[in-house]
Amino acid sequence: MRNLIAVVSGALFGIGLYLADMTNTVRVQGFLDFLGNWDPTLAFVMGGAIIPMAVAWAMTRNRKPLIGGAFPARPEPKFDRRLIVGAILFGMGWGLVGLCPGPAMASLSFGGIGGLVFFAAMLVGMRIAPKVSTLLDSKPAAG
Amino acid sequence: MIEIEWIWGLIGGLIIGCAGAVYLLGNGRIMGASGIVGGLVDGTGRSLWAERVSFIAALIIAPAVLIYFSGRPAETNLTENWALIVIAGLLVGIGTRVGNGCTSGHGVCGISRLSPRGIVATLVYIFAGAVMVVALRSMMGGL
Repeated sequence: MRNLIAVVSGALFGIGLYLADMTNTVRVQGFLDFLGNWDPTLAFVMGGAIIPMAVAWAMTRNRKPLIGGAFPARPEPKFDRRLIVGAILFGMGWGLVGLCPGPAMASLSFGGIGGLVFFAAMLVGMRIAPKVSTLLDSKPAAG
Repeated sequence: MIEIEWIWGLIGGLIIGCAGAVYLLGNGRIMGASGIVGGLVDGTGRSLWAERVSFIAALIIAPAVLIYFSGRPAETNLTENWALIVIAGLLVGIGTRVGNGCTSGHGVCGISRLSPRGIVATLVYIFAGAVMVVALRSMMGGL
């Protein structure tokens, strides 16, 4: 059951990303190009995705997941170095070529060798990320 | 190619939101692309490996099937600069794991539950991405 739900969710996610043209790097970079010829599509995608998700979060009250267990607890509003540095590094990579993890996987079947190379490099990055996190934690706070 | 871009953005976004809602209400988990694949890569998510592999397989295969049967065009327009692709992949891999989320986890799932961490991370990575796009254009005279 758990894996079937994951298949349904993954399939919807991939089809949604493709239909919204989020697998097209030009469109994603166009959204980030606020000073140039700005493409608002990504904002519509985000807005559209947030609607069913907000309903889902509301439905988690007084209820359990279908397969049992508990819903994820609200994270502490903690803005540590990991969150900020991680978001900066991710944003830089995202802006460089216009791919983030979801679309990178959704486009693997038609993204050519470049898409495969990006995916492989992303996996390597994920593999060394825990070391970067440790490094960030050990560094004394600046200023 | 696509006539009314924002309509497709909205439709795709709604489908993405439904994907996240299915994952949350069904399995009680947050649909974050970087977390689902990252947990496999660094070993932190081994206990739920089958769920993760199911999600990723469907995410890759579903758009391929849709493209095959619909005959719609599919093009990522990814840069052909290999150095950029590798650097961006590494940055996205490291950044999403250090910062604990990407566009789907922090963006779609975080903002929809008004998570301060998700909102801050999203603002930071969009800003970093926008700076990168502007820098790219001024350095290379185009994307």
